[in-house]
This record gives sequence, structure tokens and C-alpha cells, in this order.
Amino acid sequence: MTQYIVRRVLIAIPTMLVISFVVFAILALAPGDPLAQFALNPAIPQEVRQRIRESFGLDQPWPVRYVKWLTNLVRGDWGMSFSTKGPVIDLVWQRMPQTLQVVGVAYLIAVVLAIPIGVISAVKQYSIFDQIATFFSFIGFSVPSFFTGLTLMLVFAINLKWFPIVYSSTLNLTSWGAIGEQLRQMFLPVMVLVVQQTAALTRFMRASMLDNLPLDYVRTARAKGLADRAVVIRHVMVNSLIPVITLIALGVPTIFAGAIITENLFRVNGLGQLLITSINNSDTPVVMALTFIFAFLTVTFNLIADIMYGVLDPRVRYG
Amino acid sequence: MSEANPAVDVTSKPVPSAAVQQLQFGLSSKPRTLIGDAWRRFRRHKLAMIGASILVIFILTVLIGPSIYLLRSPDIKDFKAYTEQLDFVTILAGPSAEHPFGTDDLGRDQLSRAVYGGRISLLVGFAAMLIAVSLGTVVGAAAGFLGGTVDQVLMRITDLFLSLPGLPLIILMVYLFREPVQKWLGQETGIFVIVVVMIGGLAWMQTARIVRSSFLSLKEKEFVEAANCLGISKTAIMFRHILPNAFSPIIVAATLEIGNAIIAESTLSFLGVGFPPDTPTWGRLVTDGSQFLQAGAHLALFPGALIFLTVLSINFMGDGLRDALDPRSRL
Repeated sequence: MTQYIVRRVLIAIPTMLVISFVVFAILALAPGDPLAQFALNPAIPQEVRQRIRESFGLDQPWPVRYVKWLTNLVRGDWGMSFSTKGPVIDLVWQRMPQTLQVVGVAYLIAVVLAIPIGVISAVKQYSIFDQIATFFSFIGFSVPSFFTGLTLMLVFAINLKWFPIVYSSTLNLTSWGAIGEQLRQMFLPVMVLVVQQTAALTRFMRASMLDNLPLDYVRTARAKGLADRAVVIRHVMVNSLIPVITLIALGVPTIFAGAIITENLFRVNGLGQLLITSINNSDTPVVMALTFIFAFLTVTFNLIADIMYGVLDPRVRYG
Repeated sequence: MSEANPAVDVTSKPVPSAAVQQLQFGLSSKPRTLIGDAWRRFRRHKLAMIGASILVIFILTVLIGPSIYLLRSPDIKDFKAYTEQLDFVTILAGPSAEHPFGTDDLGRDQLSRAVYGGRISLLVGFAAMLIAVSLGTVVGAAAGFLGGTVDQVLMRITDLFLSLPGLPLIILMVYLFREPVQKWLGQETGIFVIVVVMIGGLAWMQTARIVRSSFLSLKEKEFVEAANCLGISKTAIMFRHILPNAFSPIIVAATLEIGNAIIAESTLSFLGVGFPPDTPTWGRLVTDGSQFLQAGAHLALFPGALIFLTVLSINFMGDGLRDALDPRSRL
């Protein structure tokens, strides 16, 4: 087991290296000069331009820059942003809480909703409840999340005025009123992600339950006179959760990607919004750092899913 | 005597036994084919049939809609020019007989723009699906059939691609490379190619895994051994003999991929890295319309509903196809 985990981690590290190398190479080799804004400004003399270039280390060949970037990254120095002229890591720390709040709350709600809906759908397969749940989950993963967001915004923020349209990041969470306001403005961005994630998770939970329900151990549990509720919850549901929990882990990067959309729609100043503004500003160091974070999330949660599957299901053997 | 089985009643006219009847029935009816069976099962899936009908209607509309426009009003000479025709007298108008989808902030007819944009959106979906599915099929087939080192290398590459952060990477690549590709292939074709290649190029991994596992089990079957004994070349065995047997899961994956690609394209447009503002893809129309949620919500809602209905229909169709082609799976 330990050996397996060590081996998986040892595969994950080169994966991260390859991904970061490829993204770095793409950014370095892509046409367009990140310092174009200076190049176009006639007031900046040639020498100054050259010095700016050197101060960002852009005069060196890109493989050298990659090695430097990587060694600095390990030391906790993520480089300087071209547009704020401050350290990238500060920007990331500043934006992280907003993203984590929205994404975390949304995922929690999605999981809490999806598991019981999936269980009931499977136990009462083809019932009215199952059909309604199925229909809604199909709707959930057929709507682009920006459209869910726009519709919710139109109904609840513009027409009913229950929630603010634009997310305010200057709220000082010191009073109960401010915390209430924060919850109110988080509601719509969270809902968008909940709709998207609940839909998929419900389907997974239902399918997993349906795989388990006809198995022999269920009949055994019933045969020994266990109440129906106990059979379903203590035996079938727990076993069905094994693959679903790994899928929940695999879904974490997806919900962060979803945050790119909701944050841009509701102007939440999180990491997703930072990514889009940095791409539009050709702020390469920030783009590199954020892409690295997204890649890190994907690789890490793939790893966690793999390991969890083994921990939760003793039948899985580590070959 | 009257109670006797008519089949053994030799005195009356000879009636064929049940077994013979069945045989005759079997001979007289057409042979049952895989596609025929699948169609019969697919037809029973009501939502899938509704989805398929909606899709057919949408595809027909974007194909012949422009001609109807040209026929209906003789003053329209060129459909594309009509979609760009400004009319400052009727701006932000709601749905009416003349403009069923209303008009935007420049007075452009929204229905014609949705029809024109639908061509692009649906084409993006199909083209990205074709890239993803053909790439995935080739990789999966090679890995599953050849095995050994080839399998190892291809599967590591697949794992690597699965570890890529999908959406951020697509956004980044489209943003970085759209200008040179546009210079090379022209404005609209350029952006189309880069969007389609990026979406399709990051979506083939699931198909590759499905195809690989089908190939792994199929290559051990007797018919492959028979083909081998007949001296048929490896490529022919791979593509002519094994691949058709692995079609069912590929078709389901392909159907669902069209929907995913349409969502991906509209998301790119929404984030401002997809098609430029004047190209009326459905995603672009929603994005442009979202600035007028208060003044004219229909501008964003109608094209958004089109995306939603299309993808929903595709997903229902995929579900129906899965039931029809592979009755064992239940997701």
C-alpha cells in the first residue's frame, strides 16, 4: 500500500514537470511580445526597454528561464507580475479565499444534494421521483454554466432583486450584517456551480447504486431480516459510495474550472477572474502560475482519487 | 376429438407445427440486423426520439433557413449581408412577426443571426467531435491492438493529457495562437480552425480508453484468429474487422462529444477568447445579449435556449443510443 502510494506520487511529479515545461514553452514561443505595451510607447528609450527586459530575465533563452522559474518556484518565489509589478504569489494569496469560498460551499452543497437524490432514484428506479431527477440532471449538464448564471441573474438579481448583481469584494466581515451580505452575494455564483455538479454526481450515484442493488450481499442482508432502510443505507449506499467518492475527488478540478466562468460572470475577484484578465493583459508570469495551479489541482486530485479507491475498497489490488 | 390439439389432428387440413411456423416466419421476415435492432430499441426511448427530432429540425433550419429568408422577401439579396444589416429605427425590439427573435442594439434581425450562427455552432460541434473521435480511435486502436511498448507509451501520453487543466489550457492556447492562424487562414476560418482543433485536441482521451479496452478483448476473439489465418494484413484486421465491432461505444461517445464541444465553444465566446464579436455564434449572441439583460432579456435568452435545447437533445440522443447499442450499461 505505502509502496503503491509512493510509486503514484513518483509518477505525479514528472507529470507536473512535463505539464509545466510544455505550458512554459508554449507561453515563451507564442507569437506576441509580453512587453508590447512598452515597445509601442515611444517615450521609453531603447536602453530602458532593454533594462526592463533584463529585469524580468526575458533576454535569456527560454529553457534557461524555465529552469530558473522552476527553482524559484520551489523556493516560493513565483516571479513578478508584469501588470501589478508585484510578486505573483501575493496576487494568488489575495485572490484564493474568494475562489475557495464559492467553490467549497458549492461542492459541499452539490455532494449533500446528489447522494440522497441518487440513492432514492436508484431504489425507486423508473418512479416519478426518478424520472424527475433524471430529467433535471440532464438539464443540469446540458446548460452551459454561463447561461445558467445569466438566467439566475436575470430572475433573482434583476427582476426579483433578491441578490446583488455584482459581487463586492470590499465587504469587511466584522459584523453579522456583513456576513449576511456576503452569503447573499455568494448565493448565485454558488447556485450555478451546484446545478452543474449536482447533475453529474446524481447520475454517478444512481448508476453506482443500480450496480450494487442486484448483488448477492444485498439479498443476504434482506434474508437475515434487516429493515429495508438499513439494507439500503448501511449496505448498498456505503458500497456504492466507493466509486462515487473517487469521482468527487476527480470533480474538484472541474469545479475550479467552472469557477473561471462564474467569477467572470458575477465579477467575483477570484483566481478564475485573475486568469482571464492576466491572459488579456499578456501577464505571462501570472498566467504561468495560475495554469500551474490548475494543473497541480488536476494531477493531485487524480492521485487522491486513485489512492482513495484503494483505501476504501480492499478488493482493489495494487499490481 | 374436438378437444384435441389441431396440430396433431390428422383428419383436418394439415396445420404446420409451432416449430415449423416459427421457421417459416423466420424465413419470410427480413433478417434482423444490428442496426435494425438498435433502431427498434432507440425508437422506444421517447426522450431520445424527441431529441433526435429537435436536432433534425435545427439542422434543417440552419441549412435551408437562409433560402427561406431569400424567398420570402425579394429585397434580401445576400443572407450574410442581411444578418449584418443595421436598422437604427428598431433597436432592442422584442419578438414580433417581422423579427421573431427581436432585434439587437444595432437593429440587426436576431433570428437570421441565430440561423447563421447556428451553422457555425453546430459545425464546431461536429468538427471538434470528428477530431476527438478519430484521434481517440487511432490511439486506442493502436494501443489495444499492438500492445507492448506502443500501448505503454500511448497510454502514458493519454494519462498526461487527462492531467492537463482542460478549460484554462484551451482558453490560453486559443488566445495565444488565434492571430497567427487567422493571418494564415483568414478571419473566420482561422478562428474556426483554432477553436475546433483545441477543443477536439483535448477531448480524445476518453474515446482512446474506450477503444483500447474494446480492442483488448476483441483481438482475442476467434474471428480475428480466422482473419489472421487467412493472411489478412494487420491494418485491415484492425480497421475492417475489429473496429466495426467496437463501434457502439464510439458512437455514444461521439454523440455526447458534439454537445460538449458546443458548450466549450460558447464558453470560449463568453470569456472573450472565441469568435470575434461580429460573428454571431450562439455563444457570442448570448454574450453580446447579456449586456442588455434589463433592456431586452430575449437577446441573451433565445440563443442561450438554442444552445441548451441542442445540447439537451444531443444528451438524450446519446442516452438513447447507449440503451439501443449497449443494453447492458445503465448510466
